[in-house]
Amino acid sequence: MDIPTDTPPTPAPVQDDRPTPAEQKRAARGATRPGDRIFLGLSRGSGIALLAIMAAVAAFLAYRTSVALADNTGNFFTTFEWDPAGISSDGKPVFGIAVLVFGTIVSSIIALVIAVPVAVGIALFISHYAPRQLAAPIAYVIDLLAAVPSIVYGLWGAIVVAPNLTGLYSWLDDYFGWTGIFEYQGGAPRSLMTVGILLAIMILPIITNVSREVFLQVPKFNEEAALALGATRWEVIRMAVLPFGRSGIISASMLGLGRALGETIAVATVLSPSFVINASVLDYGGGTFAQNIASKFSEADEYGRDALIASGLVLFIITLLVNGAARLIIARRKEYSGANA
Amino acid sequence: MAKRIDVSGLNAYYGSHKAIEDISMTVEPRSVTAFIGPSGCGKSTFLRTLNRMHEVTPGGRVEGKVMLDGDDLYGSGVDPVNVRRTIGMVFQRPNPFPTMSIFDNVAAGLRLNGSYKKSELNDVVEKSLKGANLWNEVKDRLNKPGSGLSGGQQQRLCIARAIAVEPQVLLMDEPCSALDPISTLAIEDLIGELKERFTIVIVTHNMQQAARVSDRTAFFNLAAVGQPGKLIEIDDTERIFSNPSVQATEDYISGRFG
Repeated sequence: MDIPTDTPPTPAPVQDDRPTPAEQKRAARGATRPGDRIFLGLSRGSGIALLAIMAAVAAFLAYRTSVALADNTGNFFTTFEWDPAGISSDGKPVFGIAVLVFGTIVSSIIALVIAVPVAVGIALFISHYAPRQLAAPIAYVIDLLAAVPSIVYGLWGAIVVAPNLTGLYSWLDDYFGWTGIFEYQGGAPRSLMTVGILLAIMILPIITNVSREVFLQVPKFNEEAALALGATRWEVIRMAVLPFGRSGIISASMLGLGRALGETIAVATVLSPSFVINASVLDYGGGTFAQNIASKFSEADEYGRDALIASGLVLFIITLLVNGAARLIIARRKEYSGANA
Repeated sequence: MAKRIDVSGLNAYYGSHKAIEDISMTVEPRSVTAFIGPSGCGKSTFLRTLNRMHEVTPGGRVEGKVMLDGDDLYGSGVDPVNVRRTIGMVFQRPNPFPTMSIFDNVAAGLRLNGSYKKSELNDVVEKSLKGANLWNEVKDRLNKPGSGLSGGQQQRLCIARAIAVEPQVLLMDEPCSALDPISTLAIEDLIGELKERFTIVIVTHNMQQAARVSDRTAFFNLAAVGQPGKLIEIDDTERIFSNPSVQATEDYISGRFG
């Protein structure tokens, strides 16, 4: 039994073999044994290497972009031309990304407009309508769709889909031609619309899968609340499932959009590119960032490649913004899903 | 607005597992009937057969008859959606729609049943919230989300939502088990008022609660785990708690059971 005294207890004399704070910190990180030390070095090295590679890529893109932009005689953002070799203007390079921005965004938006409703429908069917024996195979086929290589989609799009779209194009022209957006003047349907349709199929799996996951997370008691009020199945979905899943659908769409923006080879195979902006999405021509790089890279000289890299940097930034927005929405969703806890 | 329930020879299954067996009872209109019994005895399952919520569970299946003033709820051609519009339900865990405002939560059932003028909705929402003793607490923030309320308030919001559609019967599945004693008291008082207008069936684990709020009490039990639950007896609450006719009831109530 210790008897409390007025004097504070004297600290025990510090012994020399006690670990110093630095040693304790190292022990806590698990870096005292050789195996631990090797693994720590490896994992730390990987982490640093990743950052270094990212920095190198960014520096490379920025440097080559600055080289390209320094000699560009056109306005990089507004010129409707891609002529870094200056063939049509006495060797003065002229190039701009206006057409590419337009084509990339328009084709991606078409893809989203088509894919999101279909994907949400499939996801709802899998999560809320289909019997279990049917839901699993459908989910599997959707996954399979994601595994098809882009070039296969491109070939299929160019050989099978595009030639069969003239009917749809004429129909759109008959009923919506007056808007100007769907005016069809004949010709091969290798337009931004066709690209959009193909992209829609390609981004369908990711949107479906993410939406399905969200729909499956809807708390049972929310759905039962609607059911007990006498809601039909569709009304349950409208009252409990879709409101809960809204932000999930948005972030799924953003992920799909990210893929549509960057898709290269399928677009390059299907689109008949030209440096024009058409009011009608059914007219052939136009281009996207990735498609333009893929089609021009092999025949470009060094300066031409720098110009393409400059456009690649813009695509990189657009994709980064889209992904950032998606992450922001997912993060907000986390707070919100706890609202009823 | 209150109807009598007559149940006869009711069995309910989860897949091949029989959860409750051969239950017959009568629930009187404008009264409170409490279901008590140990966990797993099937009282919640039985409650959910009364508004056809049991069959929402995968594998859920029901045999037997449930008559609401002479109409068989399980008759051919009866739409379970319509059954649930006549028989309201309040759950164990308060479950207001998280994305809806307080007003929209109460109006949700009405909007399902058809279109209403804004003024009609206003009246019904006010009346229902007053009926659930919640009006004074929320009248200044009807447009705020229902999930921002306290647990007890959320549960009263759910009651308001259920009574807004003027159901014949109100089923309550352990409505106070997630609430603190003060909120519980508020709900119990409310049940006393609601029985003037509705037939109320309440499942509870709290025997004092059953004794306080109910007119009739039904005791459920099961022979062993895995066996179907059975109705042991149903009688006036006073009698069940003072002089039950079955020994098992006496044992359960006096705490000698299990």
